[in-house]
Amino acid sequence: MKAKRSRFLLGMLCFGFAFLYVPIILMMIYSFNYSKLVPVWGGFSTRWYTTLFQSEDVWAATALSLKIALLNATFATLLGTLAGIALSRIHSFRGRTLFTGMISAPLVMPEVITGLSLLLLFITLNQLIGWPAERGITTITIAHITFSMAFVAIIIQSRLAGTSRDLEEAALDLGAKPFRVLWDITLPQLAPGMVAGWLLAFTLSLDDLVIASFVSGPGATTLPMLIYSRIRLGLRPDINALATIIILTVTIGVLIAGWIMIRQQRASAQDAEHS
Amino acid sequence: MSGSTLGNWLQTRWQSIVAGIPFIWLLVFFLVPFFIVLKISLAESLIASPPFSKLLDWGDGGLPSLNISIDNYAYLWEDSLYVRTYLNSIKIALICTVLCLLIGYPMAYAIVRSQGTTRYILLLLIILPFWTSFLLRVYAWMGLLADQGTLNSFLMWLGVIEKPIRLLYSQFAVYVGIVYSYLPFMILPLYANMEKLDTSLQEAAADLGAKPVAGFFTVTLPLTAPGILAGSLLVFIPATGEFVIPDLLGGGNVLMIGRILFNEFNSNHDWPVASAVAIALLIVLVVPMMLYHKVQAAEARRES
Repeated sequence: MKAKRSRFLLGMLCFGFAFLYVPIILMMIYSFNYSKLVPVWGGFSTRWYTTLFQSEDVWAATALSLKIALLNATFATLLGTLAGIALSRIHSFRGRTLFTGMISAPLVMPEVITGLSLLLLFITLNQLIGWPAERGITTITIAHITFSMAFVAIIIQSRLAGTSRDLEEAALDLGAKPFRVLWDITLPQLAPGMVAGWLLAFTLSLDDLVIASFVSGPGATTLPMLIYSRIRLGLRPDINALATIIILTVTIGVLIAGWIMIRQQRASAQDAEHS
Repeated sequence: MSGSTLGNWLQTRWQSIVAGIPFIWLLVFFLVPFFIVLKISLAESLIASPPFSKLLDWGDGGLPSLNISIDNYAYLWEDSLYVRTYLNSIKIALICTVLCLLIGYPMAYAIVRSQGTTRYILLLLIILPFWTSFLLRVYAWMGLLADQGTLNSFLMWLGVIEKPIRLLYSQFAVYVGIVYSYLPFMILPLYANMEKLDTSLQEAAADLGAKPVAGFFTVTLPLTAPGILAGSLLVFIPATGEFVIPDLLGGGNVLMIGRILFNEFNSNHDWPVASAVAIALLIVLVVPMMLYHKVQAAEARRES
């Protein structure tokens, strides 16, 4: 009976992973297809990579997306960390219920609603105070910070919930200044959460199409917007090449991060054994 | 709580900064925009810039008059296209949530039961697609489902079909796309929930003679209910308002509300109707959203 059940689980696991990975792998394989018709194999070639590297649009969109992602990740980490600390260490302040609501809502809010509402805000502000004069990198970055900081806040909050308050309290009882406690004890405990939050905010920004499409103006095209405008009408071999590059880069990054994580896990497990 | 906790110190001295800055940011860029959408949804559309009427009109005599119109909402209600689209979006999102659960639950269970490094590698493989581009993963299915795509070629090679069947730009393609894209959102909360599960209860049920199926339905399933709820909401809510998947995989054949909203705004430039569509979508989703907020708050309380 037990063997039967684990065989079922193993089967579901294989099916699930095949479902998740076969489409991506096929997309990568077809990026090396000579034929212009994506799904018809016409021999091995790297010509679409050459086309891609020669496309100035792609370079410009990549540069814009990376710039927004960097700005977004940095500001979202700062704001999200503050929000996370507030949520887990300050137990009552005015508007706390509203605050927790505003933190958890962006996680599930349909992107079309967030995008539309931010665009209408920017237009209203422009009419009232003349800012933002034009929509582009600034408005996209602000929009991205708004939804990314919620993800960072959740990570920080769960990280802080898992750490003990004993050290903080001991240091305070021994006469350490509160700011020093925050700097020397709380922040180092938060550091891994902040790194994870920064990386997540960076990826969320690079990934966003819908919100950026709403709040962007003419002349500011992010990489997802460029990809979308090209694939709307069908398959494009150069996009397969671009997808391959993006996915390989991300995969290598995640694997390195995962490897570090597993090593740390082992190290702390060993520490626990020794002590 | 003693008087010297960091929390108390933060509360008295730094509350204005620690809570204040993110609070104001969210107020300005998250909450206020909704009221603007609500306001515009109550205006009349005009061919002007901006293309809607003013709610508060300072007339010639300096007397303000309030022009609130619910025409946009009446229009949504009367035009059967919108009602059908809302219902269709909810139907698609519900079916996809169930499919994600059916695939994701055994996967999460299998991952939790695996040991040591294997568990981390499997978990990493679930998280990995989450970090790669959403748009490109949807695009990957365009290649699979196209008329001359891999799936059609494979089926023809097998001899199951003689000529390509229409897979792309159909309701079927939208289902596949949503299940595929949102599966990790189902698996991760389930995994987080099952990881903390007390296996002794399952063992006790088995020791007391419960058949595996009975043990599953009476012990395991109720214990993992919070994970099921969290994962289902994380799939259902965004899937209802999904734009990219119905647009790229459904073509013009699948009606979903996210697409209507996007088009109403960007092609028709009808801001008041687009705003009314957004508010109506929010009303549809407000109950599941509050439910999700409750689940999250309960989780946070349990952890601290």
